[in-house]
Amino acid sequence: MRHKTFLWFFLPTGLAMLLFIAMPIVSVVIQSIFAPHPAVLLEVENCTPLIGCTTETTIDQQATAALREAQPLGRFVGLGIYFDRGHLAIQEISQMWAANESWGGFFSDLSNLPFYRAMAFTLTFTFIVTPLTILLGLVIALAVNSLHRHLKGLMIFFSLLPMIVTPLIGSLILFWMIDSRGVIGNALVYLAGDPNFSLKASTGLMWVALMVYGVWSSAPFAFVVFYAGLQTLPQDQIEAAQIDGATRWQQVKFVVVPHLMPLVTFVALIQLMDNFKVFEPIIGFSAQAHAQSLSTFIFDDLGGETRQLSSAAATSVMTIIGVAILLSPVLVRTWRDFKGAR
Amino acid sequence: MFLKRIALAGSVAAFSASAGYACEIGGRVNIVGNEFAAIQAVAAGAKECTGASVDSNLTSEHQTINVAGLSGNPSEYTSAIIANSSIVALMNEDVIRPLNDLVEQHGQDLQPGQLIKIGDDIMAVAFMANAQHLMYRKDVLEQAGVEVPKTYEELLEVAEAIREQGIMQNPVGGAYASGWNLAQEFNNMFLGYGGSHFKPGTAEPNVNSEAGVNALNMMKALSEYMNPDFLTHDSNATNAEYRAGNVAIMNMWGSRASQQTTTEGVLQEVVDGHAIGAPLTVGGGETPASTLWWDGWTVGKNISDEEAEATFIAMKHGIRPDMLNDETAPLAVWLIEGYEPAADAEGVFAAAKMGTPAYPMLPYMGLMHSALGNELADFMQGKESAEQALADVEAAYRAAAIEQGYLQ
Repeated sequence: MRHKTFLWFFLPTGLAMLLFIAMPIVSVVIQSIFAPHPAVLLEVENCTPLIGCTTETTIDQQATAALREAQPLGRFVGLGIYFDRGHLAIQEISQMWAANESWGGFFSDLSNLPFYRAMAFTLTFTFIVTPLTILLGLVIALAVNSLHRHLKGLMIFFSLLPMIVTPLIGSLILFWMIDSRGVIGNALVYLAGDPNFSLKASTGLMWVALMVYGVWSSAPFAFVVFYAGLQTLPQDQIEAAQIDGATRWQQVKFVVVPHLMPLVTFVALIQLMDNFKVFEPIIGFSAQAHAQSLSTFIFDDLGGETRQLSSAAATSVMTIIGVAILLSPVLVRTWRDFKGAR
Repeated sequence: MFLKRIALAGSVAAFSASAGYACEIGGRVNIVGNEFAAIQAVAAGAKECTGASVDSNLTSEHQTINVAGLSGNPSEYTSAIIANSSIVALMNEDVIRPLNDLVEQHGQDLQPGQLIKIGDDIMAVAFMANAQHLMYRKDVLEQAGVEVPKTYEELLEVAEAIREQGIMQNPVGGAYASGWNLAQEFNNMFLGYGGSHFKPGTAEPNVNSEAGVNALNMMKALSEYMNPDFLTHDSNATNAEYRAGNVAIMNMWGSRASQQTTTEGVLQEVVDGHAIGAPLTVGGGETPASTLWWDGWTVGKNISDEEAEATFIAMKHGIRPDMLNDETAPLAVWLIEGYEPAADAEGVFAAAKMGTPAYPMLPYMGLMHSALGNELADFMQGKESAEQALADVEAAYRAAAIEQGYLQ
């Protein structure tokens, strides 16, 4: 395609991307480097029913309004919010580094900082759930593909169920099942032989539950993609392998999987992105005491009684950077392929 | 014909007489607020007004939309129904107007106690009060042969007695879900031990103190008698446990008192044994380890004076004394003239009488509440010491307060 033709062809998409993807990102970045003005505080008499009057602090609205008028964006703080305790905690880390002799002590202190604790969970979740999802999706796809054609439709429908259920509802259902009075929870109490055994009270088991949910809810996506790929599998290659005496396992390993490899890359890409932003299961399982992610931080910042827009914006930018880092190996490879193709 | 005209005139006169008493407004009214029975009754009362449209959006997610909904000019909503914690966000953003002149014109018959004053400005009109107080199963306590506790120390003994006699394994209930609920339970206990969240007159945190450590240790002691899943139990889940007969004693919101025995599926033994009591004190303190709350309505700043007047009249109509009837009276502890407290309201009134402190109405209290909610779970799970958890709370709060401009 000539460059000019391409330009006109791409222009509407490009404009939409600029408007709906690039502009919001720019606005979030700007928001993250500005913070609200210092509040001008005022002591006043405060009267409430049933209690009477007390002296309380409030904001001097006139003085604060003047400040806002002069600089509507707020005060410029640069990367200050990125480096504070709620985010990268640069100052706290350097103190810990100085205070700790051993790596063990340093890491245990590090896990006390919200960002690094959230990272520990998010990365564990991402790197366990993603491969398991791909594996499970492949197994289901191979199983369904080898069924009799009358059964296939039914099985595809059932395999897709976890994807049809709204993520939050799905996690809530599992949440009540693992409750100490729920089906699974009760069975575990019986198996453990301890009436005080609780899956929800144990961080390790909660992580396992979250990951099981993660695999359960996204396996159908991997399944659908791989199942579609299996329909394009050249039959002559399989037949050739059979004539050569390849077992079923060898056929899968040397013919099917290499054929599906581009799809594996695609599913891995999407799953890495999704799992890094893990959110619904943490909310659905009320697991904030055990596991946090960058998305739950944003949710907390915006859901509190005082909304922390700058903090939420900084976390959002860090999420974008995190996803970019995770995807970089795949993106670099795609770029190399692209250059090689030229 | 003549007779007909007389009859018509008569009915018009009768209508206008009742309309004068009813409610005629000259501007649009749009209410945003939380969704529970008492607030629905108030909104329904406001909607009786005629002359202009009265709309409402009552949702449990009201806090996420009320600042934005009052910010435009003219703003989407003309009134927000709020509590003493959530009015702070509206005042911080300067989106609600002082009501002094409207109270003077139209609100002479409001009770002085209903007017929420910040300095000289009346910022809200309160219509109901709420507090957490004791709810217990008198049959279980009798069976265990123990008195109704007056302090948290006694509550621990009661719990031990019930467990020891094998009546219940986990007799204590508590809304200890990590996040807002856990922080609120800490606030109760911390204030009960005489703590103060901030250094006087400043936004400097002050929770890492003796009162803070005592509060956490008491919460930990209580949690030993709770369902092991307590960090996931909010007040809904805690009430469900109570109604299912799994909990014998708990600190619960007064606004839930009337539904405790009337909800569908409550066990008969719970209905028969349910009782409420005054909030508990702790550590030899005199004021209860609880906080007093009010719900009230405000009028937006970014609307015309006509709309503000209409809003005031309609909202006042929603909380007029004769809106109280057999149906609405038990829904809340009303601050409306002529309200006769029913048995369900005893706990909240006892809380007020005992001098329970109000939930702190400070511009930076929301940040402190969030920090407490995020950082205390580690201590409750036994992962770190009370001092470390409170130091973390102060550090998390400080980072947020610096961002918001309350601390330098």
